[in-house]
Formats: sequence, structure tokens, C-alpha cells
Amino acid sequence: MALQVLMGNEAMAYGAVEAGVQVAAGYPGTPSSEILATLARLSRNMGFYAEWSVNEKVALEVAAGAALAGARSVVTMKQVGLNVAADPLMSLAYLGVKGGMVVVSADDPGPHSSQNEQDTRLFGRFAKLPVLDPATPAEAKAMMREAFELSERTGLPVILRPTTRVCHACQEVEVAEAPYAPVRTAYFEKSLDWVILPRTAAKKHPLLNAKQETLARLFAESPFNRMEIAGRVGVIAGGLSDNYVREVLEALGAEVSLLKIGTPYPLPEKLVVEFLRQVDRVLVVEEQEPVIEEQVVAAAYRQGLTLEIVGKRGGFVPREGELNVDRVAAALRRFLGLEAFPVAERPTPPELPLRGPVLCAGCPHRASFYMLRQAVRELGVDAVFNGDIGCYTLGAFPPLEAVDTCLCMGASVSMAAGMQRAEPGRKHIAVLGDSTFFHNGIPGLIDAVYNQTDITVVILDNRTTAMTGHQPHPGTGRTAGGEPGETVDIPALVRACGVRCLVEADPVIPTAAMRALKEAISFTGPAVVIMRHTCAALKRGGPRFTVNAADCEDCGTCYRDLGCPAIFLEDGRPSIVTDKCAGCGFCLRLCPSKAITRVGTAS
Amino acid sequence: MKIDIIIAGVGGQGNLLASRVLARAALTAGLEVRTSESIGMAQREGPVTSHVRLGRGLSGAIIPDRAADILLGLELAETVRSLPKLKDEGRVVASTVVIRPITVTLGRSRYPAEELLAYLREVVPGALLFDAAETARRAGNVKAANTVLLGALSTLDGVLPFDHEDLLAALVATIPAKLLEVNRHAFALGREEALRVLEHRI
Repeated sequence: MALQVLMGNEAMAYGAVEAGVQVAAGYPGTPSSEILATLARLSRNMGFYAEWSVNEKVALEVAAGAALAGARSVVTMKQVGLNVAADPLMSLAYLGVKGGMVVVSADDPGPHSSQNEQDTRLFGRFAKLPVLDPATPAEAKAMMREAFELSERTGLPVILRPTTRVCHACQEVEVAEAPYAPVRTAYFEKSLDWVILPRTAAKKHPLLNAKQETLARLFAESPFNRMEIAGRVGVIAGGLSDNYVREVLEALGAEVSLLKIGTPYPLPEKLVVEFLRQVDRVLVVEEQEPVIEEQVVAAAYRQGLTLEIVGKRGGFVPREGELNVDRVAAALRRFLGLEAFPVAERPTPPELPLRGPVLCAGCPHRASFYMLRQAVRELGVDAVFNGDIGCYTLGAFPPLEAVDTCLCMGASVSMAAGMQRAEPGRKHIAVLGDSTFFHNGIPGLIDAVYNQTDITVVILDNRTTAMTGHQPHPGTGRTAGGEPGETVDIPALVRACGVRCLVEADPVIPTAAMRALKEAISFTGPAVVIMRHTCAALKRGGPRFTVNAADCEDCGTCYRDLGCPAIFLEDGRPSIVTDKCAGCGFCLRLCPSKAITRVGTAS
Repeated sequence: MKIDIIIAGVGGQGNLLASRVLARAALTAGLEVRTSESIGMAQREGPVTSHVRLGRGLSGAIIPDRAADILLGLELAETVRSLPKLKDEGRVVASTVVIRPITVTLGRSRYPAEELLAYLREVVPGALLFDAAETARRAGNVKAANTVLLGALSTLDGVLPFDHEDLLAALVATIPAKLLEVNRHAFALGREEALRVLEHRI
């Protein structure tokens, strides 16, 4: 064993490898992406299979196929991705698996990088599948190994639900040096039991329900649940919250009985009741929904226990946002009847600048949004811009302000189509990325073509899945492990969907971009524009530019209208920071007074 | 023994690398490590805060308010923004470099740099402040400001649970070979600059 500092996501990947995983699939989504990225990297030397799938549903089905054949498989996604994969997941719970299968769905309380704060543990309860909830990267690794065993023992896929502060936290973790030993039992044995006919579902439903009891019994013995009795006041902490509770108790020097729950669904009722019998009052601390709390209340009622149980109920623990030591300290102080610490006041700081994430310097999406707005203005059309999930969602902010809606992956296209039916007098435009187009944009496009909806779809093809860390997709010609793959041609795909108006342009070349956008927007019926330019973060070198003060007429186009972080005002005049400039040249081509010139090439 | 370090900066400044180097040095020193970083949502140009916890008997990775022993600041305004994390007797090592967000260029917010610097000096009288970007430029690459600050941090007596040579060794083991010389130089210049600033103050 060797000790390494690993991110939780890396630790889970190593856990899967140590468990002998044979097939891994996923779709990138923060905070889950590095799990499959690590598996893909390791797969090359170890000879197992890893892929980035086009979406979470496909990824889950790839893993399910392997598991039915007896192989160990893992599928990774984020919480909103689990919605996309919900259809196969719900039925797979009935069908069951043969080889161990782990579904990692990373939650994002906060949220830091997500459309919502939904709680995967509720999905586990909905699907009647066991959920493991790690507190630390090291525990996440141990749970990953254990999840395969549990899956094979119960014949069910197991959900592993880390949160952002496990996924993106680092810790020292033991990594086994033993060679990878895949569980190679892959042979699919044909049986009607694997065909989810109505009668199969009817037959399997009671079995699935019975397994809930089995799981609760197994979990009562799980090392991921830990009971420490120290008095008649108790705290039940779920997953990550256990860290916060321990830290607060240490700081307060308070002695309370503690039950740590790493298996939130199904709740190990026997263990919980044993704990409840030894305390008079209990505070349940868990992030997001009261999944544990409600099961604890139900268990207490069934046992005729009348002790006080509070948590989200009673307003002790916040139900929204992420927990932390400070929030848990407030809950525990109130529960224990302690005064707040007096903290010395500090003077109020001066006004701080507003700072949020922006599109990178040289990002081709900036040019696309700018040209899109220009084209609409020049054509004199009233347009709605339906946006999508990716870096380009940031186009909603000033100065671009070219994203009017954003719901979920692929929704730009279908929402534009729906809006067009409600408001036929306006132009409805959808803007989405290349990876998102493969993920779920294609069905919306087919629908729009089939129903002859008058929309314009702008595909921002930057040749990567940029926001989540540059994962490859079917358009890139590379696979997860870095080997060459077949390239799925986006223009050919668009044509095959039946689109009759397809134009392509490089967004940083204003004349070409304008011509393409005008043609597509003016077309009546479904039209597609592909704006193709490689992601600025993947390009090195290139030309660098400067603003010649003598020629500059201070029109503000470069610094006010583009919002490029490499261009700012220096003593009231626009200036380009060479260290930040990515050399896209869009500002140079746009400058009406030709005041921007090339000053050489970056190394 | 527990040391809590907050690293505050702007996306793209090498915040994550600084966090990993400290973690690696702690691991070599036989300590437990927890770090937590901001990843995703196109972090470029946004505020980024890393939490680094070193010691024994550690729980979570998130440092509570008014609990950090050290605030390592890669940018002036972001250092001030993270001050609520610092404990009263906590130390600050920070770059005075100003990275103006586009909201300032667009006239939607202000960046009162001098007021912020004065505030920082007032609230943390012993703060070690200098323009690490300028020092990094002298070392050969402005992007090595994170390494400059690690060098500066390593000059503080009795703060880190390992010495500057161990920190440098962790740096060398973390960064790609082609950037090694620039970073060695940046680390050394960071130490020099810190010692110069500290000497002037006495």
C-alpha cells in the first residue's frame, strides 16, 4: 500500500479498480467528472474498458449490459444527470444485475455548479436501491469497493452518492500496489428473467420490496455506520455532516452520543432504534433533504418511542444550501442550549469589486454571442435566445446578455420549438455546444424538423466538453483513454436529421459569421448554424495584439461590448493584457478604427 | 497540531497547484491532509478559494469562519474577501497585485485598491504584502506568482509544520519538468522578497 494525496473522485476510481471493475461509463458533470477521467487514464494500462458516453442514460445502459453479463461495472454522473438516466435505472432495479454495478451520482449542495440541489438519496428511495453516502475521500474509496460486493450479494445496482466536498476534497489515501485483477465472469446467460415484460415486473416487484428489509439488516452491521454512546443527548449525522458535527463537538468540548450514518437508504432501523433507546433527545444533522430524519421519526413511532427528534423539523438544520462547521455549530448550540461565542468585531471592509466567472479571453463563444446579437439587430428581427448547459451559459451576463432561457441539457432546442408555437411572430433561436448537441440536442432537432418548426439552432462547436474539464465526445475523434476514435460528423448528422438550411462559419471571422447567421435566421423553417472554433483553453501560442492609442477613437467596442478579460481600461484608454490574450483576433477584426494591431506571437 | 490555510485568488492564478504542493509537503511530513478546491462553472476569472488543512485527527475539509491560521492571498481584493476566514492571531501572506474584473471595466463595480490595501494593513498589522506577480515576472514567468508566495510563506517562523526545503521538494515533485527552473527561481525570489519586506518592517 502506498499513501497518496487523492481527490475524492480519484479515490473512488482507484476503489473501482481495486474491486476489479471491467466496464466504466459516464457523462461529465461537475462535481463527478474526474471519476471517469481517472478510470479512463487507468484503463489504458490495466486493460479494462472506460468510455465517455453521449449522455447518462446511455452510460447507465452500457454499464447495465456489462453487469447482466456478470462483469463488474460502474457508471458516473452528477445529480441532474441521474434524471436523464432515471428511465433505465427505475426498471433496472426490478431486473437486477449479476455482476456488481455501482451508480455514482454526485450531489452538489450549495449549489456550486448546478441547476438544482436535488438529493440523490431520495432517488435511491424512489428506485428502491441502496445508497452509500461517504464522509471523506478515503471513505468514498472504501465504499466503492464495498458497493460492488453489496451489489453482487443483493443482485441490485448500488448508488454511491458523494457530494462536492467529497468529490473535490483531497485526502491522504491508501492505494493498493497489487496488480489489477478484473472480475472476468462475463457470460450472459439467457433467461426471460432478464426481459422486463409486465409479468417479469409483477414477479420481481415483491422480491425488490423484500430486498429493502434485507438491505436494512445488512446495513445494521455496516462499518460505515458508527455508534458512540456518551450520555442521554444524541446526534445522528448523515455522510459528510459527520465531519462537521465532530469538529463542532471538539471545539465545544461537548459530550454527546453520536450515530454516524453512511447508509441513508434503506435506514438500518435496528441500529437506529438501539441508539434511540439510549438517548432522550436527538438532533439529526444531514445535508439537503430530511431523508434520514423522516426515516428516524417513522422508526421511533413504530417502536413506540416518544423522544424528541429534531433537525430540519424545528428549523435547527438548514434545508437549503451546503452545511459547514459554522452552520452545524449554530444548530448544535441551539440544540444544546449554549450561548454563542462573542467574536471581536472587525471594521467593515471597503467596497469589494463584483467578480464572477466569465468566458475566457479568446473564447469563441464570446464572438458567437456578439455576432448573433449583431445579426439579429441588422436583420431587425425580434429574437429570443434559448440557452443551454455549458460554458456558454455565462453568455447570460453583461455585456453579452445573449441567453434568455436555460433549463437542462438539450432543452434549448425543444424550448425554442415550443416557444415558437406560442409566439410565431418572433424568431426563436437555440444555442448549445457540441457535446450538448450529442447529449440531448439531436432528439429536439429531429422533432423540430419533423414538425417543421421555424427555429434557428446555433451549435457552438469548440471541439470539446470545455466546462467540465475538456472531456472528448463523438465529434472529437478521440476516446476516453486518449486513443483515436471514429469522428461523428456534426454537419452530416444535422443533414441526416432532415435540416435543409445548414451553414457553417468561424465565429471570430465577423464577415463570415454574419453571412452564415443572417442566412440561417432569414430561413423559414428549421435551420442550423455551426460556429466552429477550437476552445481557447486548448490552444497554445498564436498572435498577440495591442491597441495603438493614436488610432483609437474610444468607441468602446473592444472593452465595453465584448467583455473580454484581456481587455481593460488603463488610464481611461483600452489596453490588452498580453499575458491573458489568447490571440483569437476577434477584437482586431471588429475594431472600427483599425487601432488594434499584431505585436508578435506568444511562445 | 492542526494548521488551517486558506488560499484566495482569481481563477487561473494557480490556486489549486499551491494547495496540492502544501498537501504533498504535509504528507511527506507524516501528517494527515484535507483540501477542498473550487472546480467547475468555468472558474476562469472568478473568485477561487482553496481550503488546506494539515495535522492530526482531522475531520472535514472546510475551514470554519475565523479559524484559519494562514491566509495566502494571490490577489488583493480576494485576500480581503477571504479575511472573515482568518482567526484573530492569523497570519497573512499576500500579493498586492490587482486583477480588475470586467464588472469594473463595464462600470458596474469599483475596485478601490488603495483603500483595500490600507484596510488589510489595519486589520492584520503583521501582514506580509508585496507584488508577487512582479516578482514572478523577474523569475521568468508571471504565472509563477503562486510559487513566489509559497516561497514567501516558507520564511515565516514556526508557522508551517515543515521547513522551506521540504516545501520546495514538494513543489519540485508536483510541477512538470519544463517549468521546474522558473519555479525554483520564483520560490527563491519569493523567499528573498519576503525576508526583505520583513527586514524593512523591523
